[in-house]
Amino acid sequence: MRLEPGHEGGAADGEVIPIQTGADVSRVRRVAAAAMATIGASKIETTRMVTAASELARNTLDYGGGGEMRIAIVGRMSKRKVEMIFSDRGPGIADIALALKDGYSTGGGLGLGLSGAKRLCKEFEIRSAPGEGTIVKVASWTERP
Amino acid sequence: MTHFLEPNRIPIFQIGDCLLLTIQVDLEDRMIMTLKDDLAERIAKTHAKGVLIDISALDVVDSFIGRMLANISAIARILDASTVIVGMRPAVAITLVELGMSLQGVRTALDVDRGMELIRRGAAEEAARLHEA
Repeated sequence: MRLEPGHEGGAADGEVIPIQTGADVSRVRRVAAAAMATIGASKIETTRMVTAASELARNTLDYGGGGEMRIAIVGRMSKRKVEMIFSDRGPGIADIALALKDGYSTGGGLGLGLSGAKRLCKEFEIRSAPGEGTIVKVASWTERP
Repeated sequence: MTHFLEPNRIPIFQIGDCLLLTIQVDLEDRMIMTLKDDLAERIAKTHAKGVLIDISALDVVDSFIGRMLANISAIARILDASTVIVGMRPAVAITLVELGMSLQGVRTALDVDRGMELIRRGAAEEAARLHEA
């Protein structure tokens, strides 16, 4: 396992948004919303994905000490999806299962960030190790009959 | 009044004994922290009985914003004002529930009119209760 963004494929080729301030969290939301609009996602799908992006960006900032988000639209035609990869070089997570539990927080938050984002996105993947930072990859697409 | 019209500050309007504010911009963390402080001061200064927060323009309420809305509501309650959040979009409501936030202790109404009604009714009940006592 390499915790190095840029070796993931997919979103690695897309736009990179640095996450260093609260204003960057807002920017992440705007960029996520624009990407969901591009694939023609519904209001509810967009709201889910943008909310997940907001939670993950805040985690990157608050727990990871800042980092970045890579976003890309992958796949073609009706199979297109929005993929976002959040990465930081922070302290990392020792117990991922525990971190994914509702209400568990090492900071002052509600502990809904990771677990909530997992529920809101169709794909969710996390890699982390103490001292090596954290990478969270999520993806969503729009349902077409 | 210019104090409340600074950029990055959400204006708070007074209508009778109600304070009304409408969030029309993408909420940055710092703005909502400032709003919390401004609102507490205004409630104390105006002895407002109700606070109406219109979030109809908000596309997203994440757990941070949700927690801040709950905090604002709790602070207002201690200052003897009841808060009603109005205009939440259906997609936002669905997402909040899926996120795992129940916004406990926060009263909501579909629109400003119904929110006003909730506050008035609350104030009337309170007055009746005090009268009986």
